[in-house]
Amino acid sequence: MLAMFFWAFVIGGLICVIGQLLFDVAKLTPGHTLSLLVVIGAVLDGFGLYEPLVDFAGAGATIPITSFGNSLVHGAMQDAEKHGLIGVLTGMFQVTSSGISAAIIFGFIGALIFKPKG
Amino acid sequence: MATSKQKNMTPQQRNYQQLQQKHEIKRPVLKNCIKAFFVGGIICVIGQAISYFYIYYFDFTEQSVGNPTVATMVFLSMLLTGFGVYDRLGQFAGAGSAVPVTGFGNAVISAAIEHRTEGFVLGVGGNMFKLAGSVILFGVFSAFVVALIKTLLVIWGVL
Amino acid sequence: MITSTGVTGGPFEANGNLAEDFDLLYEDLWMGKETYEKAHRLLLEEAIKTALNKRNMEKEQIQFLFAGDLINQITPTSFAARTMQIPYFGLFGACSTSMEGLALASFVVNYQGANYVLTGASSHNAAVEKQFRYPTEYGGQKPPTAQWTITGAGVALVQPNEPGEVFPVTTAATIGKVIDMGLTDPFNMGGAMAPAAADTIIAHFRDLQIDPSYYDLIVTGDLGRVGHDTAFELINKSGLELERKQFQDCGLLMYKDDQPVQSGGSGAGCSATVLYGHLLNQLKKGTYKRILVVATGALLSPLSFQQNESIPCIAHAVAIEMNGDKG
Repeated sequence: MLAMFFWAFVIGGLICVIGQLLFDVAKLTPGHTLSLLVVIGAVLDGFGLYEPLVDFAGAGATIPITSFGNSLVHGAMQDAEKHGLIGVLTGMFQVTSSGISAAIIFGFIGALIFKPKG
Repeated sequence: MATSKQKNMTPQQRNYQQLQQKHEIKRPVLKNCIKAFFVGGIICVIGQAISYFYIYYFDFTEQSVGNPTVATMVFLSMLLTGFGVYDRLGQFAGAGSAVPVTGFGNAVISAAIEHRTEGFVLGVGGNMFKLAGSVILFGVFSAFVVALIKTLLVIWGVL
Repeated sequence: MITSTGVTGGPFEANGNLAEDFDLLYEDLWMGKETYEKAHRLLLEEAIKTALNKRNMEKEQIQFLFAGDLINQITPTSFAARTMQIPYFGLFGACSTSMEGLALASFVVNYQGANYVLTGASSHNAAVEKQFRYPTEYGGQKPPTAQWTITGAGVALVQPNEPGEVFPVTTAATIGKVIDMGLTDPFNMGGAMAPAAADTIIAHFRDLQIDPSYYDLIVTGDLGRVGHDTAFELINKSGLELERKQFQDCGLLMYKDDQPVQSGGSGAGCSATVLYGHLLNQLKKGTYKRILVVATGALLSPLSFQQNESIPCIAHAVAIEMNGDKG
């Protein structure tokens, strides 16, 4: 269990360092950087490389935004196996729903109770 | 973004830009990377702890614990954003706080909070995805392309 | 002559270097209003009222208002003009608006177009961030070349010269052309604006056939650390002999070193509040006899950045001295 914490820290940290290099060296905006990382997550899962990373590093792989791409592909593939090509569309949000739903719901709640502090 | 304009510059512009580069305060890349590494790592460790909490106390498995973990992390980012802490964390940690899913939550929630002055329908609803929209767009589209290709390869018997 | 001024500011400015030169300082960015944009408007309204009160004037006596800000369609200034009911020229020069207004006001008064003209500029940190960059609570990381938009308004009352009255007097102005050196990074506006400042300053000395030693102080609006150093090099390269100690920047003067403002202050209110507060106070005390204020503006919009356009800039210079000083 302790090993998982260590690898979560290291892998999560490394993915963030990649993001930081995209910010500072490639001078990309946060929007561009995060979009690129999501696409990378999707492509890695296409090659079957992201799931082993999740088994190995746990939250270090599921917390960074790359895991969104991974989950989306996963959901799409699961349904595609069952229903063929249309499954690509139907399955996509089944596995990722919590992240985006949570952001929407808590965003709305946040707007109800908080004021920006500048 | 900057290099695509190099071809259309006049010599005067090119000379100025070289002169200006000398005075430009350079970003502390190494320091930023170290800070990003630590903060990103810590956020993931917190996520791992939350995962174990859900596994042991709520009967989730290692496969299914991703969803509640991410939701909880986004909830925490709502608190940090609302209390005015996340923006300071962001200035310090850069990608360390922007790359984890808490950064996604912060992007949506900060936009929602900010635009409340324009009303809930046009302000909050219309502006909430200002920053995060591109992540959702490219995530969904790239996943679509990847899954499509894979599925076609399976159907054709290649995979 | 500039017979009266009103200078208002926000919490960051209250903790800054020039807090004593402000007439009115607010403790938070909301200032008791429901939106940042309304607070922005309040800053300007209070600055106008202060300037009028100090000279015991009523707003009905004012013939023109030349003012502007950074927000879309300069609505905070327009809405303040609605409250004040003064015939209104809305100006947009980005952060160079203050000197654009002062030059126009002085010109109108000098050629007997009016006897009482108000001019000013203002900005509000949160309103500007919301429009140009990111929501204020967003955890984005600003690079060291970025600048901090000041929250404040600076307003001046301009009247024709009266012999016998001792006031700061505008003696000359140089209006800038739009200069674009192809820079594109909205987090490095100092670097984009420096050539405009240099161009206007060089033109000023050429037009008036004088050299930098004529002025005790040449101060730029908001070039910040990066732009200021760059402009200094550009001006010296052109053959003008400028000394470091006579060349300053309002954005650098405004804040203390320990405030997290990266490269310095900026915003339409920056040059306005520093000039109409601190610098005019110094002129009246006799620290400086003649100053040249060069406000610089970056004429970009969030859309132009998204469309991959570069950042065109402009700078306007106004020379001010205490009257009673010959030669």
